Amino acid sequence: MTAAAHGRARSDAAKPDPAPPPRRRVPYGATLALLAALAVAAATAGTAAGSVTIPPAQVWGIVLHAIHPALADPTWTPVRETIVLDVRLPRVVLGGVVGAGLSVCGMALQALVRNPLADPMLMGVSSGATVGAVLVMTFHLAFAGTFSLPVSAFAGALLALVLVVALARSGGRMTTVRLVLSGVATAEVLQAVASFLIVTSDDPHKADAALRWMLGGLAGSTWDLVWLPALAVVAGTAALLGVSRSLNLLLAGEEAAAAMGLDVHRFRAALFTLVAALVGTIVAVSGAIGFVGLMMPHVVRLLVGADHRRALPAVALLGAAFLMAADVAARTVIAPEEIPVGIITALVGGPFFLWLMRRRAA
Amino acid sequence: MTLVAEDVTVRAGGRALVEDVSLEAARGEVVGIVGPNGAGKSTLLRTFYRARRPTSGRVLLDGEDVWRMKGRALARRLAAVLQETPGEFELTVYDVVAMGRAPYKRAFQGDDAADREVITSALAALDVANLAREPFDRLSGGEKQRVLIARALAQEPDVMVLDEPTNHLDLRHQLDALGLVRELGVTAVVALHDLNMAAAFCDRVAVLHRGRLAASGTPRDVLTPDLLADVYRVDAEIDVHPTTGTPRITVLPPVSG
Repeated sequence: MTAAAHGRARSDAAKPDPAPPPRRRVPYGATLALLAALAVAAATAGTAAGSVTIPPAQVWGIVLHAIHPALADPTWTPVRETIVLDVRLPRVVLGGVVGAGLSVCGMALQALVRNPLADPMLMGVSSGATVGAVLVMTFHLAFAGTFSLPVSAFAGALLALVLVVALARSGGRMTTVRLVLSGVATAEVLQAVASFLIVTSDDPHKADAALRWMLGGLAGSTWDLVWLPALAVVAGTAALLGVSRSLNLLLAGEEAAAAMGLDVHRFRAALFTLVAALVGTIVAVSGAIGFVGLMMPHVVRLLVGADHRRALPAVALLGAAFLMAADVAARTVIAPEEIPVGIITALVGGPFFLWLMRRRAA
Repeated sequence: MTLVAEDVTVRAGGRALVEDVSLEAARGEVVGIVGPNGAGKSTLLRTFYRARRPTSGRVLLDGEDVWRMKGRALARRLAAVLQETPGEFELTVYDVVAMGRAPYKRAFQGDDAADREVITSALAALDVANLAREPFDRLSGGEKQRVLIARALAQEPDVMVLDEPTNHLDLRHQLDALGLVRELGVTAVVALHDLNMAAAFCDRVAVLHRGRLAASGTPRDVLTPDLLADVYRVDAEIDVHPTTGTPRITVLPPVSG
């Protein structure tokens, strides 16, 4: 090649603006450390804030003491210890798990349908979970004790998943367009079913609780509810990291991915099932919290690029930090009343979505 | 590596897109596929890189049916340069070329020094090393095309399948791209629009017409005024270029009466 001879001659004459200078990004390690620090700060704030404000130092003292008694001397009242360990911490951890999980799912889903506007809440699964949850609330079902609601919500999510996949398949293949369309259609129908159940419910309190659940929230979290989604999110994120190269290939387009050795149809089906099951697990405990899975991947791509090997760990950290922070706002803005955290994420996410749309159109 | 198509037929919706096409690219040979729009060039190539299974017939790589191989195993030996491009995801040029290493990697396996060297030299070979950190989506069409060829190079293939690789390229880069394919010494099957390019760079050309093989052989034997009149419905004069010694095709404007 005679690179020197023709230099950087532009191949297309009709290119209006010169190429932007190569982006200088913060080193990846530093970005990751920063996001981790952000998550820790959000978690600390989440545990400190509430009807009784507990100083951050004391929060850490209590947590460290619980991990190992030698790590901190107890200078606090047992009541405060209970507040931190049994009331606030499970909620904060669940917020982190849900935020990380939705963000990771959003990123995988956007690669899956090769559309940066995909959101986990758009694929029908969350609406299925909603129907399951609303059924339990409006008909006072209690087949599994305190777990009735999450179990029923998860069952609803799985049923929706089966429905969406069955509708999207045609001749053993699942095209992106059919996947999106059947997801949206299923979501609409199930949403209507849930709304019908709420509207026709004769108990206004149950209807109110169902509505709150639909908006998403982390109130009433207990350790019992945390561990299963936490395990699912950690395992799911690890699995996605394992296939992060294949996720990259999906961005190249179906044919190019096939030419680089990816069994596109099988991979897509497996990925969709994994993501849907993960979203189902999350929605079952938190309700349908929107926009997190849409926004976080975009922010992370701006920070560390679109390569999933780098972006997935970053998006998990950022998502966790964001939802924990949003939950602090949900609890404190009109304290002692609480706003469903889904309202906060929508208030932040809606404008972000519009900004994104206008930026892409430019 | 020899790539052989054996009676390949592709049908869709009762229509044959490709019908009974047989051709062979011997080791190190550059074979051009030419033909008018809709002649089945891309469809035929798709059956080579496992994007479209032939309705009947086989595609053999050194005697092995590519449709019975594992996708990854094939991708280590055969790379494709396609028209389709990534969109809207802010991948850098380096990220795009690095995808070419995927067939060599297992889950959780990162790029090692050897991979980075392959990627870097592929970038350099296509004259895009200085764009490595730029977002792929903001490149010009020609730059994108070169990056996609670099990605195919990063697969370290023995056979390359290229679907109109010179689209969007200016003259200099057209020559460079095709010259590079020749220089690599890989077996190559290239769909081309420009008959003069095909005549200059291909050892043999295969002419597709309505999904069927209309002719195949050396450019000198195949590219005749009769064939062009038949397949492209144009009048052309063909002589031997005084400098290069390759056939020169001059399409004549239609005589208006």
